[in-house]
Amino acid sequence: MARLYEYQSKTLLQEGGVRVPAGAVAFSAAEARAVAEKIGKPVVLKIQVWLTGRAGLGGIQFAATPEEAEDKAARMLGMRVRNYVVDRLLVEEKLAIKAEYFAGLVIDDAQKCPLLVFSAAGGTGVEEIARRHPDKIARMPIDVGAGLSEFEARDLVLRAGLTGSVVIQLAELLAKLYKVARAKDARSAEINPLVLTEDDLVCAADCHLVIDDYAVFRHPELGIEVAREFDRPPTELEKIAYKVEERDHRGTFYFFQMTDRIPAEGTFIGFHGAGGGGSMMSMDAVLNRGFKLANYCDTSGNPPASKVYRAAKIILSQPGIRGYFASGSGVASQEQYHSARGLVKAFLEEKLSVPAVIRLGGNFEEEAIRILAAYCQNLPAKVEGYGRDDAPETCAARLEALIRENKAVSHEVRPIPEFRLVPGAYAFDTLTGKIFIDHGLCSGCRSRGCIGACAPKILKLDGDKPILAITAEEAKKGKCTECLACEIFCRFHEHNAIAIHLPIPGLADFREKAGRE
Amino acid sequence: MSILVDEKSRVIIQGITGREGMARAQLMKDYGTNVVAGVTPGRGGQDVYGIPVFDSVAAAWEKEGPADISVIFIPAALVKNAALEAFAAGVKLLVIVPDRVPIYDVLDISRAAKEKGARFVGPNTLGLLSPGKAVLGMIGGRAQRAREWFRPGGLGVSSRSGGMTSAIAYYLTRAGFGQSTIIHVGGDAVVGLSHPEVMELFESDDETKAVAMFGEIGTTQEERVADLIAARKFTKPLIAFIGGKAAKSGTRFSHAGAIVEGSRGSYETKVQRLGEVGVHVVDTIFDIPKKAKDILG
Repeated sequence: MARLYEYQSKTLLQEGGVRVPAGAVAFSAAEARAVAEKIGKPVVLKIQVWLTGRAGLGGIQFAATPEEAEDKAARMLGMRVRNYVVDRLLVEEKLAIKAEYFAGLVIDDAQKCPLLVFSAAGGTGVEEIARRHPDKIARMPIDVGAGLSEFEARDLVLRAGLTGSVVIQLAELLAKLYKVARAKDARSAEINPLVLTEDDLVCAADCHLVIDDYAVFRHPELGIEVAREFDRPPTELEKIAYKVEERDHRGTFYFFQMTDRIPAEGTFIGFHGAGGGGSMMSMDAVLNRGFKLANYCDTSGNPPASKVYRAAKIILSQPGIRGYFASGSGVASQEQYHSARGLVKAFLEEKLSVPAVIRLGGNFEEEAIRILAAYCQNLPAKVEGYGRDDAPETCAARLEALIRENKAVSHEVRPIPEFRLVPGAYAFDTLTGKIFIDHGLCSGCRSRGCIGACAPKILKLDGDKPILAITAEEAKKGKCTECLACEIFCRFHEHNAIAIHLPIPGLADFREKAGRE
Repeated sequence: MSILVDEKSRVIIQGITGREGMARAQLMKDYGTNVVAGVTPGRGGQDVYGIPVFDSVAAAWEKEGPADISVIFIPAALVKNAALEAFAAGVKLLVIVPDRVPIYDVLDISRAAKEKGARFVGPNTLGLLSPGKAVLGMIGGRAQRAREWFRPGGLGVSSRSGGMTSAIAYYLTRAGFGQSTIIHVGGDAVVGLSHPEVMELFESDDETKAVAMFGEIGTTQEERVADLIAARKFTKPLIAFIGGKAAKSGTRFSHAGAIVEGSRGSYETKVQRLGEVGVHVVDTIFDIPKKAKDILG
C-alpha cells in the first residue's frame, strides 16, 4: 500500500478540517530556517521517513530560533537511518501538550468494514499501553453506507473513559478523520499522538495515512509514484519494474528487492514466483535450503510472455546472484509456454551463466518444459524445467546441486546493447514493443513456421513473406499478444529473421550506472 | 452434493464479450455449467458461444428467467456498479474474478450483499468448481484439463491462492481423493466468503468428509476458523497448509492480503491456533494427500 509522509497526511487532514500544528516541509537547511521564521516560535524538526521510533534515532529535534533550526536541519538532512537517507524534514510549531490520545482507522477483514479505534492514552508505546490498560481502548465498526456520525464518535470517546468538553472536540475530529480516510481511500489512518494543548485545543501532532494501492488511480492529486507497500523508498530497479506494470495491465507483476547490495559470499538467488500462494510456498522451499533471496518477484494472472521477459530482465539486473529460481503453485490454469518463452528470450539475451531451475507446472507444462530444454541448451549455465509432479522442495534441491557444480560463478550484469533497427525490415507495433521481420532473409525459409507458431494467429503469407493478417492498428491495440513464439521459432529453426524489441524504460541507464560503480 | 454451485445452478456472466469473459465463458460452458445468459451493456442481441447477450442483468433475467449466480469479468474500477446491478436484479451469489478492486468498493458491495441477503466470492478469485458438475470463473483454464485434474469425491478445498486451489485438488486427485467443491476465496485483504464462512458451508454438506485449506500470512481468516472449531461449529477433519513461514513480519508480499499486523496474522499465530483445536497442520503441499490418507484411509 502506498504510504504517505507525515506532512502529506497532515495536509489532507487539514483540508478535511482537522487542526494540525503550523508548519511546512523543508528540503534544505535554508528552507527549514525560512519555515521557522514564518512560524515565529520555537519549532520541532522531524525527519520524514516511514519508520516509527524516530525520536530514539535522533530524528526529532527542537530549535528555539530560526538559526538553530537551520543548524540542526543541516545535520539531519542526509542522515542515514536504516534503509533511508533523509531528504526532507517537517518543520512545525512546538506544541505545549497537556494530554496525549490515539486514534486509528483500519479495515477489519472479519466484519468487512472500517474499524475506528480510540485510546484515552497515546504517544510512544501505544501498543504497550493498550495491552496494560484495555479499558482505555474503545473500538467502533463503521457502516460504510451511513458513515460516522458525531454522536457515534462521542460514544466511542466516552467508552474510552474520557469526560468533559474535550469529548466533543475529539468526536468532531474523529468524524472528520473518517471522512478524509474514506475520501482518499485510506486503508489505514492513524493519529498518534492526538494531543490536547495547553490552550485546550485538540490537534493531530503526528499522523500517517496509507492509501489503497488499488484506488491510487482515483487520486492523481496525491502524486504517488509507486503504489506498492514499502517500508522505505523504492529502489531504482523497483521503480523501473513498477513502470512496466503501470503500462501493461495484462496479468500482474510485483518486484521487491530484499537487498540492493549482494555480498560476494553467501548464496543469493533471483526469485521469480507465480501467484501469491505458490510464490510463498516456493520461497519457503528455497529459504529452507539456506538460500537468500535477492528479490521477490511474482508474475501471475495470465501475463503475456513479454511481461515475464521484462520481469526476468529486471531480476537479472542484480549482479552477484548465484542462481535463478522460478516456481508457482505447480498447477496453473494458464498456458505455461508463454512464461517459458519469456524466460528463454531473457536468458538468451543475458547469456545466462548461473543455473536456473524453472518449475512451470500447469496447463501445457510439457510444451513449456520442452521449450526451455530445446532453446536453453547452448547457454553457459544449465536451465532445468519441472512440472506439476515435482515438489518445490525437490526443485530447490536441484538448484542447490547445480549451484554447487557451478562453483564460484555469480551473475554478471551486462550493459543492454542499443537495439539496432534492421534497415528496410517489415515492422509493426505491438502493445508494448515492436516486431521486425527482415523479409530479405525469408526467401531461404522452408517451413514458414512463424505463421503456425503465432499464438493469436495474426500472421499470414504474402508470397513467401510473413505479414500481418490484421491491420497494424489492431496489432498495436493488443491483437498481437506478444507471445514471442515467432521470434524464437525463427531464430532456432529458420534464418533468424525476426526481432522483437521490448523496451524497458530506464533499465539500460540503470545497468550502465551500476557498471560504473 | 456440493456447496454453492452444481449442474443445475443458473449462471449469468457479466462482461461476457471481453477478452477474459469470452475465454472463460467457453470453459464454463464446455465443462457443463448451466450458463443461461451473458451481459455487456451496449452488446445486447449478440451471442457468445451460443450464449445470448443482454444489455443489463434485469433484461437477461426477464428474457431468460431468474439467475442464481453471476460471474463477473469487468475492469476493476467498474466492478462495484456491476455487483450492485446484479444484487438489484435479484442475484444471490456473485463470483467477482477481477483483481485490483478498491477496498472501499468491496466494503460497499459487502454492505449491499448483507442488505439483500446475498453473498459473493472474491474479488481477485479464480472461482470455484464442483467436480463433474460446474465451474465458475477460470479454474483449470480448459474444460478437458479441469476434468482430468479434479474428480468428484469427499474432500472440500478452500484456498486463499488461486494456483494453490488447483494444486491441492490435483494432488488429492492423483492420490485417489476426489473433491466435493474446490474454492478460491480470493487473494485480497477483504473477501466476500472467507475461510470460516466456507467451513460452515462444508460442515452442512453431506458429501464433504474432510477439508483441505491453504492459508497465508495476513488477515484473521485462519484464526477465525480455529474459533469456529473451538465453538464446535466446524467438526469435520481439517488439513491446513499455511504459506509464508519464511516471511518475516514486516516483509510484505504480493497478495494484498498478506499484511502482517502484530502477532495477529503471523505464521506462528495461525499454526499455533489451528494446532490447539486439533487441525492437522502440514509443512509441504505433498503432505496434504498423505494426511488425507491417514484420516480417511
